[in-house]
Amino acid sequence: MRFILPLGIFILMAGLLGFGLTLDPKKIPSPLIDKPAPEFSLSKLYALEEKLSKKDLLGQVWVLNVWASWCVSCRAEHAIITELASRNLVDIVGLDYKDQPTDARRWLQQFGNPYSASLMDIDGRVGIDWGVYGVPETFVIGKDGRIKYKHIGPVTKESLEREVIPAIKELLG
Amino acid sequence: MSVKRIAVKQMWVKQMRLFAIVGLLIFNGLSQAAIEFHQFKSPQMEAEYNQLIGELRCLVCQNQNLASSNADLAKDLRRQTHELLMEGNTPDQVADYMVARYGDFVLYRPPLQKNTLLLWLGPFFLLLLVVVVVFMKMRKKQVLVAPEQDAMAKAKQLLSQSNEKEQVEKL
Repeated sequence: MRFILPLGIFILMAGLLGFGLTLDPKKIPSPLIDKPAPEFSLSKLYALEEKLSKKDLLGQVWVLNVWASWCVSCRAEHAIITELASRNLVDIVGLDYKDQPTDARRWLQQFGNPYSASLMDIDGRVGIDWGVYGVPETFVIGKDGRIKYKHIGPVTKESLEREVIPAIKELLG
Repeated sequence: MSVKRIAVKQMWVKQMRLFAIVGLLIFNGLSQAAIEFHQFKSPQMEAEYNQLIGELRCLVCQNQNLASSNADLAKDLRRQTHELLMEGNTPDQVADYMVARYGDFVLYRPPLQKNTLLLWLGPFFLLLLVVVVVFMKMRKKQVLVAPEQDAMAKAKQLLSQSNEKEQVEKL
């Protein structure tokens, strides 16, 4: 009888710690979900004098994929983003985060360009507004300009089919 | 080896030791990441800046604050903190700016709100629990002690009686 209490405490602790192991501390819930997407107006990679801003994309469902030529896991993710582009569901806008145009162009030339446009966030300020802290990150934005879904880290084949595409299809109606 | 040479050698060792200490002290200063130089409008603003970067968490390294992190994002967020202060924002406004983008996670001092209630009040609840448990245990002990006191009184009585008897017998 006397070991019931310690055993109970042990089971409770083991249960809580075990649950903690299933969580990913790198995944921080974004406060931007269901909020209006942050404003931006950035130069396009292939037309630096031309700017694209949030209001140009209002009224359509679109995906923002944060990438950079220096980002190693972006290379791993690139095939999946290309796969998403090949479905022709929505425009994928790239946010080229803290990168130089020459490096970025070389990267896209080497791996292929799945983006309808890539925006140059050279000093990373727009990235801060979007709460970007680990490249790559992927956002799905609705017709009303609100962020519906955010994926932190490289999108995998599984998360593309299970999360990203369902989120897009729901917004497309 | 002559005495003189040993003495010189000892001095040399002492000097090297001093160099090592001075070197370590210098490089210790470098391990602090925030080596940018910022201009501030007032010493008070500088104090606010230092407090903010001490209390905001770097999202890349997670267990470091902005002040001690070398990550690129931490550098950018220090720059942003500085700019926001220079534009006349209060420290609370700067903290709100970060929370709006990165969530409550950026705060090393989380606000008291519904989902942090357990975090803030949990320790006090545990303390209360411990106090209650200890109190109850002590009361239980007292209950056990009480009859013992009775027994002690009885024993004393018996002893004094037997003492009296002994004295009577001696007489």
